[in-house]
Amino acid sequence: MRFALLLAGLALLVVALFAVSLMVGPAGIAPARALAALIRGEGLAETLVMREIRLPRALLAVMIGASLGLAGAAMQGYLRNPLAEPGLIGVSGSAALGAVLALQTGLAAAFALALPLAALAGAVVAVGLILLLAGRTGGSITLILAGIAVSAMAGALTSLVLNLSPNPFAASEIVFWMMGSLADRSMVHVWLALPFMVLGWVLLATLGRGLDALTLGEDAAETLGVSLARMRLALVGGTACVVGAGTAVAGAIGFVGLVVPHILRPVVGARPSRLLAASALGGAAMLLAADIAVRLVLPERDLKLGVLTALVGAPLFLHLIYRTRREGL
Amino acid sequence: MRRRGGRSMRALRRVSEAAALAVALLGAAAASAGPPGRVVSINLCTDQLAMMLAAPGQLVSVSHIAADPRVSPLAEEAARLPLNHGQAEEVHALAPDLVLAGPWTSRYAVNLLRRLGVEVRELPVAERLADIPATVAQMGEWLGREAEAAALIEDFEAGLAALTPGPGSRPRAVLHYANNYTSGAGTLADEILALAGFTNIAAEEGLVGGGTLPMERIVMLAPDLVITGQRYPGASRAEAVLDHPAMEALRDRRAGGVSDADWVCGTPHVLRALARLVALHAEVR
Repeated sequence: MRFALLLAGLALLVVALFAVSLMVGPAGIAPARALAALIRGEGLAETLVMREIRLPRALLAVMIGASLGLAGAAMQGYLRNPLAEPGLIGVSGSAALGAVLALQTGLAAAFALALPLAALAGAVVAVGLILLLAGRTGGSITLILAGIAVSAMAGALTSLVLNLSPNPFAASEIVFWMMGSLADRSMVHVWLALPFMVLGWVLLATLGRGLDALTLGEDAAETLGVSLARMRLALVGGTACVVGAGTAVAGAIGFVGLVVPHILRPVVGARPSRLLAASALGGAAMLLAADIAVRLVLPERDLKLGVLTALVGAPLFLHLIYRTRREGL
Repeated sequence: MRRRGGRSMRALRRVSEAAALAVALLGAAAASAGPPGRVVSINLCTDQLAMMLAAPGQLVSVSHIAADPRVSPLAEEAARLPLNHGQAEEVHALAPDLVLAGPWTSRYAVNLLRRLGVEVRELPVAERLADIPATVAQMGEWLGREAEAAALIEDFEAGLAALTPGPGSRPRAVLHYANNYTSGAGTLADEILALAGFTNIAAEEGLVGGGTLPMERIVMLAPDLVITGQRYPGASRAEAVLDHPAMEALRDRRAGGVSDADWVCGTPHVLRALARLVALHAEVR
């Protein structure tokens, strides 16, 4: 009952922030006119602004935020480690590398799906590497060190590719790929990311029961009929789908997958399956709020989303490391 | 031991300062002796003017950007010269009597070259059409080619006088570049737009100098004409805004392109941009 209330509350928050996100923008359209333009297509310029500029931005914030929250909760549940997060352990960075490679080699221009597919491939490599290096038996330190190594490598290669590009603007976009932004994205990006995300959401949602069983330990989980190998496959595939698709269109946005499950865990109790749904909604709310904030704080400067999420996330990360050390994990 | 070390360091520094001063004085003496024999340009805009004015063999090297036809109107001429990348070491190795730089050239390279005793002169950017003759004259004086500069100025002024827009309305135009970059009031581009008979909506919106105009605002202002530059190879997210569905819908009404090469620098080549805009004005009207 309490859990249902929480989900309803979070959903309400997402809807409210979605509406605010649609209303915020430099065009300064009055809410009533904005709504009329969005739904009924009244006013040529207003309709273009609402349907082609603001709607995709708000939709992408929901989709990517939910994806990051969900992926973070799933990874933390599977690794039973509160520090696992797609951005921190290099999954987002590797996805960005895949996307940059697809763009710079011209593959993305040749066929549209090449962009999310390449990002997905980058994410698969990173998740695979992390599971191989840190696995479930490795401790927090191994996980973080492996993540640093993967992130550093992906970041360096992304910078290399962009520096080698003949395009004069490419090198300055290193910051976009590392910090993420939703500015001036279009419905094309929504349609490009959505199929992969839906697939990833489904894969990650199937993990719920297994994650609950895992809290009893691996042996107990296996006697309950949970296949760890299948879980690992779903986790790798699902995370790669959602993070790859999100990063391909909006760059690598960090810390959402860390902060949201951490805040919601005490509220949902010790049930990882519940945390999945709650974190998806929480992630959507957090990214919507961050994207509204970047437009209000520095409206004309395309402040990167990752700046805000890191300002919230990094102190929490330090706190978590401190606590992990104290508990001697 | 430590004190002695400190004293000898100070003495060493004094000697090296004296040496640097001597080198600088020698350099100045050499420069005042006559026109510089070996000139290296490390800035796209000084590249253009130097190529137009220098005596044969006087210009030893221009920047590699000058050989890129997308931004340089004299790319063919530049490709015949040795190209440099504006790095102090390679420029110094060319043993120049004079290095031409712009105000946005890397400070590190300029300062290092000066420390090495190389004469570096920085040509101010022409921010108005009226500045262009003075810029040309300045370059002519530095190169000892005053007569050529005077002839170029005369051509420029005659060309400018010949290009007048037809009478009639003043269509509203916006310049739209990568990252939603545009030019507002007080820029050379704004002045050229106005001269060609357009109203610059970025200036109307209160933008002064170069800057960005959010896509939402551009769409709401419903310009009669969207003027863009050209695309660069490779992909960039910065240029993705040019293909945004909202901008494509706007451009369906009226769009025009003006090559970046023609007005990226305040040189007499801006007349080509002006001519192109006057033609666009005739179309839109």
